[in-house]
Amino acid sequence: MRLALALAALALIAAAPPTKRLAVELPDAEGLLPERYGVSSEAVNNNCLACHSAAMITAQPRLSRVQWGETIAKMRTVYAAPIDTADDKAILDWLVAD
Amino acid sequence: MAPDGGGRYTFPMLTRRALIASALAAPAAAQVDLGFADNGLRPTTRAFPQKGEMILQRSTPPLLETPLSVFDAHDFTPNDRFFVRWHYPFPTSVDPAKHRLRIGGHVGKPLNLSLTDLAKLPRMAIAAVNQCAGNGRGLFNPRMAGAQWGNGAMGNALWEGVRLKDVLALAGIKPGAVAVRCGGLDTPLVEAAPDFEKSLPIDHALTDDVLIAWGMNGQPLPLLNGFPLRLVVPGWYSTYWVKMLDHIEVLDKADEGFWMAKAYLQPANALADIAPGAPAGPRVPVTIMRPRAVITNIADNAKLPPRGFTPVQGVALGGDQGVKTVELSADGGRNWVPAQLGPDHGRFSFRRFRGALALPLGKHIIMARATNAAGVMQPLNQNWNSSGYNRAGVDPVRVEIA
Repeated sequence: MRLALALAALALIAAAPPTKRLAVELPDAEGLLPERYGVSSEAVNNNCLACHSAAMITAQPRLSRVQWGETIAKMRTVYAAPIDTADDKAILDWLVAD
Repeated sequence: MAPDGGGRYTFPMLTRRALIASALAAPAAAQVDLGFADNGLRPTTRAFPQKGEMILQRSTPPLLETPLSVFDAHDFTPNDRFFVRWHYPFPTSVDPAKHRLRIGGHVGKPLNLSLTDLAKLPRMAIAAVNQCAGNGRGLFNPRMAGAQWGNGAMGNALWEGVRLKDVLALAGIKPGAVAVRCGGLDTPLVEAAPDFEKSLPIDHALTDDVLIAWGMNGQPLPLLNGFPLRLVVPGWYSTYWVKMLDHIEVLDKADEGFWMAKAYLQPANALADIAPGAPAGPRVPVTIMRPRAVITNIADNAKLPPRGFTPVQGVALGGDQGVKTVELSADGGRNWVPAQLGPDHGRFSFRRFRGALALPLGKHIIMARATNAAGVMQPLNQNWNSSGYNRAGVDPVRVEIA
């Protein structure tokens, strides 16, 4: 409640916009994906991690080979990801390795 | 739209060497369980600038989720715990003195405004919830691809700046305008990818509530939340709240860009609800949020000691209306009792709630549901769509008293 009152008071002060440069440093990405069940991660590392880090892949629920294929197609057609079609099989093999 | 550089902005580079270095140096991290049916463990991180402990969904571009315990302790989500969501790389150094906001398109007088120019307009402040359209996506069943959020891709803040409509009035909107397209400094890595731009219908852009904000809870926006300027669209999902806002274009025809015409679309019914596997049918852009209540003091699958009454508390939002009531159930939704509502910071704000339920020894499913001032009640059954947008149903919390 005290916080709420303090913030309500701030609203009346009408702070001026910032004037000082803000510079930050972002942490490193999650790193490369490992081999899984003997399936090489080279294709997925080479094609997928330029635009997003590895956690975007490892955080997904269990998806079928068809669903992952749709995701690759979306990356290629929508986001213009330069994924070599010759690598599709190797990428999919790793994504569904079980 | 790519910035022209000139020392105003600096972009980081994601290099293969950095990737390898970070893989070798992977630190042991604390984990949280987001309660998904599968793959719900996530590390927490304190590695991001201007941020405290956050749930790490993805480091590049960052997806950082707010732990529910933060909502349990605050009406206004602290800036250093506020969720973060970027589609594309963005500059990590911004000079607000050199930042410019261009306004063009279907206007009488194109403008190029500094923050000092903007500050001459009447200054406004509004408390409003900012929630990702995909908040809670990981909780859906069946699951779908996308950012696997729990319920922490939302936050409440006091936003301060000027009205979009006052800025548009300076430029003079020509007759026949239909939409206002906004974009920021974020830029796709691949040139052919669609720039992230979102449009508001002209009638919504001209409402009193839509702000161009530089302040968040009395401080400048954190860089990861859009420093130095972001659009604030109270009641609407955060996809419209364009960060690092640097250009506005008034359109005399519908926005056919990817991010309006093809992305962030949901089934064209009130709950954005469709049976899994059914044909997609007509789709419309996500816009107004639904009423929701989220229990923040008891995690799903919690074990609690017996006591006369078990305290239950959380946060609620009403969408584009205020929260009218929040009710609690101890029996999976058969019977409901009203919760007590906390301070009212306006119709777009979080409203905290608290109550108590008599829970005897054994297993229970407890629930909270919100109803907004327009009488829209959160449904007991969960809606579903293939993109995982607009999660609207009650979230059951399993509790064992032992």
